[in-house]
Amino acid sequence: MADSHYPDDLKYHSEHDWARIEGDEATFGITWYAQDTLGEVVFFTPPTVGAALTKDDQYTEVESVKAVSDVVAPLSGEVIAVNDTLSDNPQAINEDPYGEGWLVRVRLSDPSEVDSLMDAAAYVATLS
Amino acid sequence: MPEQTIELKRTPLYAAHLEAGAKLVPFAGWEMPIQYRGIREEHLAVRNDVGVFDVSHMGQVVISGQQAQECLQHLVSNDVRRMPEGGAQYSLLCNEHGGVVDDLFLYRLAERRFLIVTNAGNHPGDLAWMHAHGEQFDVEISDCQASFAMLAVQGPRARALVQGLADGKLPPRLHCCERSVAGVPLLVCGTGYTGEDGVELLCDPDQAEPLWAALVEAGAQPVGLGARDTLRLEACFHLYGNDLDERHDPISAGLGWACAEQTGFIGADAISEVRVSGPELKLVPFSIDGPGIARQGNPIVGGGIVTSGSYSPSLERGIGLAYVSAACAVPGVGLQIDVRGTIREAVVETKPLYGKDQ
Repeated sequence: MADSHYPDDLKYHSEHDWARIEGDEATFGITWYAQDTLGEVVFFTPPTVGAALTKDDQYTEVESVKAVSDVVAPLSGEVIAVNDTLSDNPQAINEDPYGEGWLVRVRLSDPSEVDSLMDAAAYVATLS
Repeated sequence: MPEQTIELKRTPLYAAHLEAGAKLVPFAGWEMPIQYRGIREEHLAVRNDVGVFDVSHMGQVVISGQQAQECLQHLVSNDVRRMPEGGAQYSLLCNEHGGVVDDLFLYRLAERRFLIVTNAGNHPGDLAWMHAHGEQFDVEISDCQASFAMLAVQGPRARALVQGLADGKLPPRLHCCERSVAGVPLLVCGTGYTGEDGVELLCDPDQAEPLWAALVEAGAQPVGLGARDTLRLEACFHLYGNDLDERHDPISAGLGWACAEQTGFIGADAISEVRVSGPELKLVPFSIDGPGIARQGNPIVGGGIVTSGSYSPSLERGIGLAYVSAACAVPGVGLQIDVRGTIREAVVETKPLYGKDQ
């Protein structure tokens, strides 16, 4: 696993989720810190396409050898795609949490919610 | 309740763990490595090659004296007489009601001298229990926890690796003897908690670092408590506090083989009653075919509870141990486990869940 990193082009939620905002859509995942704390991910059960996510509410689980962890939606919206490759390769969440390990893609219902998220520097400051 | 701030104890290998990149967590009052490079990798290293564990958190008691055998025959469940000098034996410390106070390994160092290895969290309670119930005998009961560091070397290549560093032949399984390994005088025990062949080494704490370094240098991969748990669960070894406690008797836990009631040990009468009438609940291994991992505390639909649950890196599925009604405790019977609100279909399996014949 690579060393800790927190890309500058992402927005971060205090529950260790990231969002990559692209207009009124966004991709969600869990941060390097979250996957490192969990350890090797063995199961990810994605939500269904069309599911409505509410900011700050749990929308799925990521399960590692040692623990199961709720994943919280950093923003509200409707799921328009899920990362199906994770069912065969859940370890992508560990190996590439901001790339191959993305979880869902969402059409945002309230893009102004983005203002409540942290930038990388602010998020990293919460980890120490 | 907020966690109490208590001073965590450190083993003599604390610095070596940090050096090896360990993630350290509180465990039974100790600051212990849960993993180094990852639970799965460490688990598979033990299954396929060789790993080394720091288990210096475990406790040691020495009972010696004229009546050492009689004392232990009273205190623990197994028949101590069946253990020769240089032998080892699994046994249980039980209360009068047949509840399990701790599970232990005994080593007969001499005819009237026994080493007992306790679980870290139970060590102080075990000592108090042994003093309370053992002092009527002509024995000396000594707390030796501070006198030992303990390393487990486990895996198909473990014996060969340790043998290559030893000054004499290693003891066979369930035996122990004094040897020097990598120049360190120690007690070698043919025991372990992984379902693999291997040895456990007890040495002076001051010698733990050079011993650890020599074992790692010779090719043993450091393995943390995370993989120790998945390994023991695949082998269906009990974990005290999960699968064993004072509310469960050894018969229900499937440990009747470690109880010799005819010796009259504390709890023998209560255990004998359960053995004769048959337990209401039995501890069984199970596996889940499909996604989902049952965890400790998950209820079983219709009655019963999961006491240990994890992901099996060898079988690549969820596995565990659960107390279920005796009627359901038959291999092949389906169980429905409520895993955080989702019902997962599981099957009662035979022990061990993972063995070399698979």
